[in-house]
Amino acid sequence: MRPTNVGDPDYFHKVVDCQWACPAHTPVPAYIRLIAQGQYGDAYLLNRASNVFPGILGRVCDRPCEPACRRGRVDEAPVAICRLKRVAADHRGDIEAQLPKKPAKTNGKRIALIGAGPASFTVANDLAPMGYECTIFERQSAPGGLMRSNIPAFRLPEHILSEELNYILDMGVELKLGAGVESMKALLDENWDAIFIGTGAAKGKDLILPGRDASDRIHIGTDWLDSVAFEHTENIGKNVLIIGVGNTAMDCCRTSLRLGAKTVKVMARKPRAFFKASAWELDDAEEEDIEILVNHSPKSFVIENGKLVGMVFEKMEYTLDDAGRITGQSVSGEITIPCDDVILAIGQDNAFPWIEKDAGIEFGKWDIPKVDEATFESTKAGVFFGGDAAFGPKNIIWAVEHGHQAAISIDKYCQGKSVSDRTPDDVKLAPTKMGMFEWRYSNAYDDSDRRKMRHVELVDRFSKLDVEVELGFSPEQIATEVERCLNCDVQTVFDAPLCEECDACIDICPVDCLSMEASGQPEDALRTALHSTEEEQALFVSDSLPLTGRVMIKDENVCLHCGLCAERCPTAAWDMQEGLIHIHHANDQDAGGGESLS
Amino acid sequence: MSSFAKPLIRRKDAPTNDLGLIRADYDGAMSTLCAGCGHDSVTAGLTRAFFELSIAPHKAVKVSGIGCSSKTTAYFLGQSHGINTVHGRMPAVATGAVAANSALSYVGVSGDGDSLSIGLGQFVHAMRRNVNMLYMLENNGVYGLTKGQFSAAADFGASSKKGEINEQPPLDPVSLALSVGATFVARAFSGDKDQLVSLIKAGLKHKGFALIDVISPCVSFNDHKGSTKSYAHAYKYYHPAIHADYVPVGKEITAAYQAGELLPVEMHDGGTLQLRKLQNGYDPRDRARAMAKVFETKDSDETVTGLLYIDETQKDMHALNRMEARPLNEIPYAELNPGADKLEALQKKFR
Repeated sequence: MRPTNVGDPDYFHKVVDCQWACPAHTPVPAYIRLIAQGQYGDAYLLNRASNVFPGILGRVCDRPCEPACRRGRVDEAPVAICRLKRVAADHRGDIEAQLPKKPAKTNGKRIALIGAGPASFTVANDLAPMGYECTIFERQSAPGGLMRSNIPAFRLPEHILSEELNYILDMGVELKLGAGVESMKALLDENWDAIFIGTGAAKGKDLILPGRDASDRIHIGTDWLDSVAFEHTENIGKNVLIIGVGNTAMDCCRTSLRLGAKTVKVMARKPRAFFKASAWELDDAEEEDIEILVNHSPKSFVIENGKLVGMVFEKMEYTLDDAGRITGQSVSGEITIPCDDVILAIGQDNAFPWIEKDAGIEFGKWDIPKVDEATFESTKAGVFFGGDAAFGPKNIIWAVEHGHQAAISIDKYCQGKSVSDRTPDDVKLAPTKMGMFEWRYSNAYDDSDRRKMRHVELVDRFSKLDVEVELGFSPEQIATEVERCLNCDVQTVFDAPLCEECDACIDICPVDCLSMEASGQPEDALRTALHSTEEEQALFVSDSLPLTGRVMIKDENVCLHCGLCAERCPTAAWDMQEGLIHIHHANDQDAGGGESLS
Repeated sequence: MSSFAKPLIRRKDAPTNDLGLIRADYDGAMSTLCAGCGHDSVTAGLTRAFFELSIAPHKAVKVSGIGCSSKTTAYFLGQSHGINTVHGRMPAVATGAVAANSALSYVGVSGDGDSLSIGLGQFVHAMRRNVNMLYMLENNGVYGLTKGQFSAAADFGASSKKGEINEQPPLDPVSLALSVGATFVARAFSGDKDQLVSLIKAGLKHKGFALIDVISPCVSFNDHKGSTKSYAHAYKYYHPAIHADYVPVGKEITAAYQAGELLPVEMHDGGTLQLRKLQNGYDPRDRARAMAKVFETKDSDETVTGLLYIDETQKDMHALNRMEARPLNEIPYAELNPGADKLEALQKKFR
C-alpha cells in the first residue's frame, strides 16, 4: 500500500462519518462543540450555512448522519445528532443580524423558482444575498412544500417552519402564492434568466384493486395529509387502515389518531426487516399504540351498500436466505379486516403535467426529467431541477444539497461561465494543542449512554392536531449528549520524520488501531495486522519512518480521536488538528478556499 | 501522564483469547512515566503475552523493587496480585511468594539500578536457586528517576545527557546470568514488540528462572546522541540471533521453515519452544558458545538479542528443595500446622 495522501480533502472528510454521510455535509462535531460551549447561536449559524433549516431538520431530518456515526461502532448507539441540532435552534437567541442580508441593489438577473419547498428556498437563500431577483411560485396558499403539507404539525410546528422560511423571504425573495405554473412554455416566454424546478414528488401512488372507485373513504396518503394541513379535512372514521409502512404511513396513522380514529392499523406486505420507515418513526408510532400487521398483502376493498366496510388481505409467507433476502413467497390464506377509512401510503411519483413535451426538456425512464447529477441542469440550458423533482423522492436534507448545487450552476450560468467548472472542496488543518495535555476540544472519552428524547404524555397529545410530541433536550441531556461526540473532525495528523518508533502511541491506543509494519505490504496484510474488518473505512499509511524504514498504519474505522497517541508521543509526531473541510457554495466559488468553518 | 485514563472500549470485532477476554482486559492503571518511555512498551508486551497465553489475570503475580521500571507493575494486569517491595529486594519477596504458592505465574519487573547495584546480591541468588519466575530487567543505562546519572549498566564510553563520559566498565546482566547458572537468558529491545512478546511467552512457560534483559530507552535522560541506549542506537545495532516461538501443547505448528533451521525445545508443560537461528552457527543450548558470543560482541557496537541460552533440564527451586507442590492456602490447616508435638520432634532432630 502506498502512503496515504492526506492532502486529498476527501480523506479527512471521510473520517468525519456524520459529515460525510450528510448530503449537505454539515460540520456536525464543530457545531456540537459550539453547543457544548453554550454558543447556541453560533451553532445554529454554522448549521444553517450547510443545511439552511436547522430548526426544521432538528426535528424531522432523515438523519443519515446517525447510522454513520462512529460512536455507533464503538458503543451501542450513535450520538443524538439530530436532537442536538434542535438544541442549537431552540436556544439560538436573536441571530437575525448575522443572517445573510438583502443586498443594497440587485444584479438584474431574474430567477424563477417553481414550488416553495426546501429546494427552491435553498436556491433563493444562496442567490438572493448575491443580488439575484428570486421569485418563488407556489400553487398552495402557504409556502413550505411537503414540509408544510406532508409533515404533521405535531412533529413540525407551523411557527418553526414559517420562521425559517421567513429568514429567506426577508432576503428580498418574492413569493407568489396560489400561483401554480400551468405551462412551461409560457414560463419560458417570460424570459427569466434561469428557471429552477423544485416541485417535489407530489403525486402519491394509487392502488387499483376491486372496489377502489366505489368509495370516497379511500384516500391517497400525501393528498390526505395535504388536505389535513390546509384544514380541508378535519375528521376520520373510527377504524382506519394504512396501507404501506414508510414514513408517510407513519405520519398518516398518527394524524388519524388526532382526527378521532380509535383503532389504526398499519398494513405491511412484508416482514419488519423490509419496512421503509425510519426506526425512530416506527417507535414513535408504536408508542401511540398503532398496530403494525406484517405479511398482509392488499387484495380488494369490501363495499356494502356503497359504503366501505373493510378490506381483504392475502396472508403472505416468505422464505428468506441467510442474508435475509426474500427468495420465495406464498399465500397462506385470506383475511377481511373491517374499517371505515383506508389511506394509501405506498410511495410517490414525480409528475410534471405542466411541462409540455415540446418545451425542450427531455424526460427519461418513468417520466423523470434528464438531470445532470452534478450541475442539476436539464437538457435545456438555463432550466434546473432539484429536490424530489430531480431524481424522485428522497428527503429534505437532499433537497437542500440539490438547492446549493443548483444555485452554483444558476450563478455560473447567469454569469456566462461553465456550469461544470466548480470549485472543489478543500481542507485546512488547524492545531488544537493548548498546552501540555490540553486541547481545545474535549478529548476524554465519555461512556454515557445516548440520551432519550422526552415526549408529551400520551393523554395530552391527542387533544389538538398541533401539540408537538417531542419536548427537546433538558440542560442535563444537552450536557451529557455533547460529550458523547468523539470529535472525529479533530484529526490524528502524523509527521513521519519526527517519529522515533518508541511504540508509545500503539501501546496507549484504547482501540488498538495503530501499528508499525514493514513498508510495501499489500492492504490485506496491513488490515490483518490491525484486526481491521471494515473495509469501507480507510487505512492510513505513513511515509517511511526514519530509523527502520517501516510505516505507521492506522485503521480509521475505530479511532476514538481521544488524542492519547498525541499525548504519549515524545516527539509530537502525532498531533491532533481540526480538519476544516471547506465546501464551496454559490457565494464563494472564486474564494479558492481556506476560510475557517467555525 | 496524560489528561485522562485510557478508557476500556470493547471493540465489537476485538479478538478474544481462550478465556473470552480481550487484550484490554489485561491493562492496568494509566502509566505515569514519561511519554515515549521504553518501559511502557515492555508493559504492553507483558499484557499481550499474558493475553495470548490465556493466563487469567488473577492467576498472575507481579513483584517489583524501586525505580521507574518497578513502577510499571501498576500498569498491567490490574486484576492480578502484586507486591511493590523495597529497593533491590524484589527477588527475596518473589522467592517467598513462589515458595508459598507455585501454581501462579510470577513476573518480576526491575531495572538496571534496582538489579545491578543495590539488589545485585539478591538478583544473582534468585538465579542460582532457579526460582520459577520471569524476571524483566528494564535496562536503560541511567537512573531515570533521579534525573539521569549513569547506572552500573552504562556502557564504557557512553556520554550522559550533559556530555560526561562513562569510564567504568558496565555490569552486563546477560553474562552475569550465564556465569551463575541461569537456565533461561534472553536479551530484547522494547522497540521490537514481536520478539519481546515471544520471549516473554517463552519465559513465562520456562520452568525455572527466566531473565529477559530488555534494552528500554529512557526518553528523557538517555535518548541523545552519544548514548548507547537510545532508540536510534538500539534500532541501528540490535541483532536478533535466535527467534523463539512458544507453541502450546495441542496447537499445531503453523510456521513453515527450512528443515534444519528449527531447534525444538520441549517445555515442562508439554508445549514446544521453536527456536529459529537467525545467525549462523549459534546454538542457544550450548552455554559455552553463548558466553563466547556475548563476550565477542561486548566490545563491538552489536547488541545480540533473542533467546541466548536455555536449559530446560535443570531443576527449579521447588524440585531442588523437595518443596510442597500444592499452594499452602490449599493445604488443610491440620496438615499445614501439625501441632506442638510435631514441632518438638522436629526441633529434637537438630539438637
